Amino acid sequence: MADLSDFYELDALLGDEEQMIRDTVAKFVVNEFMPLVADHFEAGTFPMELVPAIADMGLLGMHLDGYGCAGASAMAYGVACRELEAGDSGLRSFVSVQGSLCMFPIWKYGSEEQKEQWLPQMAAGEIIGCFGLTEPDHGSDPSNMATRAQRDGDKWILNGSKRWITNAGIADLAIVWANTDEGFRGFLVPTDSEGFEARKIQNKLSLRASVTGEFYMDDVIVPESMRLPDAVSIGAPLSCLSEARYGIAFGAVGVARDCYNAALDYQQGRPQFGKPLSSFQINQIKFADMLTQMTNANLQAMTLGRLKETHTVRPYHISMAKRHNCRVAIDTARTARAMMGANGVSTEYSPMRHANNMESVMTYEGTEEIHGLILGQEITGIPAFR
Amino acid sequence: MKVVVCVKQIPDPALPGELDPSTNYLKRDDKLILDESDSYGVEMALQLVESAGGGDVSLVSMAPNGAVGGLRTALAMGAEGAVLVSDAALAGTDALGTAKVLAAAISRMSPDLVLAGVESSDGYTGTVPEMIAGALNIPSITFAKQIQIEGGNVKVQRQTEAGYDDVECPTPALVSVTAGVVEPRYPSFKGIMAAKKKPVEELDLSALGIDSSSVGKNGARQETVQVTDAEERQAGEIIEDDGDAHEKIIEFLGELKVI
Ligand SMILES: Cc1cc2nc3c(=O)[nH]c(=O)nc-3n(C[C@H](O)[C@H](O)[C@H](O)COP(=O)(O)OP(=O)(O)OC[C@H]3O[C@@H](n4cnc5c(N)ncnc54)[C@H](O)[C@@H]3O)c2cc1C
Ligand SMILES: Cc1cc2nc3c(=O)[nH]c(=O)nc-3n(C[C@H](O)[C@H](O)[C@H](O)COP(=O)(O)OP(=O)(O)OC[C@H]3O[C@@H](n4cnc5c(N)ncnc54)[C@H](O)[C@@H]3O)c2cc1C
Repeated sequence: MADLSDFYELDALLGDEEQMIRDTVAKFVVNEFMPLVADHFEAGTFPMELVPAIADMGLLGMHLDGYGCAGASAMAYGVACRELEAGDSGLRSFVSVQGSLCMFPIWKYGSEEQKEQWLPQMAAGEIIGCFGLTEPDHGSDPSNMATRAQRDGDKWILNGSKRWITNAGIADLAIVWANTDEGFRGFLVPTDSEGFEARKIQNKLSLRASVTGEFYMDDVIVPESMRLPDAVSIGAPLSCLSEARYGIAFGAVGVARDCYNAALDYQQGRPQFGKPLSSFQINQIKFADMLTQMTNANLQAMTLGRLKETHTVRPYHISMAKRHNCRVAIDTARTARAMMGANGVSTEYSPMRHANNMESVMTYEGTEEIHGLILGQEITGIPAFR
Repeated sequence: MKVVVCVKQIPDPALPGELDPSTNYLKRDDKLILDESDSYGVEMALQLVESAGGGDVSLVSMAPNGAVGGLRTALAMGAEGAVLVSDAALAGTDALGTAKVLAAAISRMSPDLVLAGVESSDGYTGTVPEMIAGALNIPSITFAKQIQIEGGNVKVQRQTEAGYDDVECPTPALVSVTAGVVEPRYPSFKGIMAAKKKPVEELDLSALGIDSSSVGKNGARQETVQVTDAEERQAGEIIEDDGDAHEKIIEFLGELKVI
């Protein structure tokens, strides 16, 4: 059977280098990550032992230029995210958080000294970052955040807490967003700072192969040299989210593809009532729908890639693709899960793990509703979320 | 230290292969990729040069239609440059002809060490490396699991059924590397992007001074006379366990000489 999962052969439009990057990541995921994922998902841990290999390939901050970063194209970053998330959303999250949420703000809003101090070590995976925007009481409306930074001469004093933070607990450096008398500002806070305390959130039912935590800051003193000088509004953290959401739009296609393939493989090989499950009309219609939705998602992602490369991408483009593709991924995962019967609920197969992961991926980086409202505002000119 | 690695570029084994019914040759129209058997030689060469603290890893390949897909992968892993021999007259070349052509290309590169795979994944005659050594008149060591360069000598742990032999010979020499003995690195993205700019010198037969009648289909001393489908696999033997199944399994493994 021909593999139809890239239905319109869109990957043929990728350049040679982008195809090689795709193949390298795909091979890494299959050979190194897949043998580990089920155990880490059950244990609620991330395979830290893979970080050196992830860094050696150049995945961390791969779309940034200079400072030890690979400087790959936006499209290459997209397809890398797709292959990573076909493995597990936790793996793609690790790479997104480090590259798009932690390295990107330093690269974009940092001073020359900050870039030289942090980016090469972060690209090498020697320093792990986390991105602290969400708070216990403020998620979708970060501009009402309670975390405060008070200027004190050439220092800042930070107070507040951040919750639902990927890699909090294992990170060496936190990118902390805080309100100040001068407006919203971003700070680089080493996690061993006096008064900084991080804790892992236990008992998640989703994105288990990724560490999520919370941290508290009690009079944490940060020198002015650790403030991101060019980040002067809430637009700065939101621009980081745009980078990461771009990767999610591609990653969700990887999830859908992996679930579709798992269900197809399973149904072709399992007879019931004397013939393969895939020979029943209702199942064929399900495959046709899954393939169509997945193709739509892929078309959105690849088009977004072209827009990003020509620098014409707008935040609302990213909102549509993130929202649509996450919905496709979770629906595909759930359908695939059901098509595999009882075996579908075991960690031996990927669809239920993916379906659970997508609950988080649909929530973080802007929920499905919030992205719908961003589109609604673009359509009507009326902001409905305030 | 200069190391030259022979790398064969082959049709992707993940795609269904096809024979041309008129010639019985494998169709090689699609993109060719690096034979995994040769990724071990590339890795070994890179490690040797890294531990020597300097040197150069170059590649040599013979392939139709100027194919460079597999060479680019090895260049992305870290090799410096490559020589590709490609000529329409090479269609149908047998293993000896391949060895002659590769030897002619290698002799222009004056390496200290030539590495090759033990056997390719598609042709797998397992004869090309030693014939290259013969044509170059240099010593060769087969089945290497570990290689060390010391002074003007190459020291090899040569894999055997029971363990390994320590073998040593003067350089220049050719060593064939056993598959699986090193972990080939993933090409880095920087390496992938740099690979495009690395030099690939393409040579034809006249550049190597090889008479085209001595290679290709006409020069081949080997001919494919007939192709038949492989016999269907026989169903395995099923042993009912009456308490002595383990003895039968041990007996069976004994017959296979694996225990
Ligand atoms: C596994 C995981 C990892 C995360 N990692 C990070 C991280 O690294 N860094 C970080 O800063 N954050 C992170 N987050 C937090 C995430 O970004 C937030 O959870 C998300 O923004 C939603 O905020 P909330 O949970 O407070 O939900 P709320 O904002 O309370 O929303 C609850 C529900 O109400 C809906 N809603 C909210 N406002 C409106 C409105 N105006 N109109 C209609 N509906 C509305 C939402 O769509 C949602 O369905 C992570 C979350 C998870 C689950
Ligand atoms: C029917 C037929 C048609 C062919 N048509 C063509 C053609 O059109 N054009 C063409 O260029 N060749 C052609 N060849 C040559 C073929 O590609 C092989 O190179 C040759 O047959 C080597 O045999 P093998 O694969 O059994 O090598 P093995 O001895 O099993 O290989 C062992 C090692 O030798 C080295 N090696 C072997 N072959 C090569 C190579 N080609 N380049 C670099 N290193 C190598 C590798 O390190 C490999 O791991 C043809 C061969 C046959 C049998």
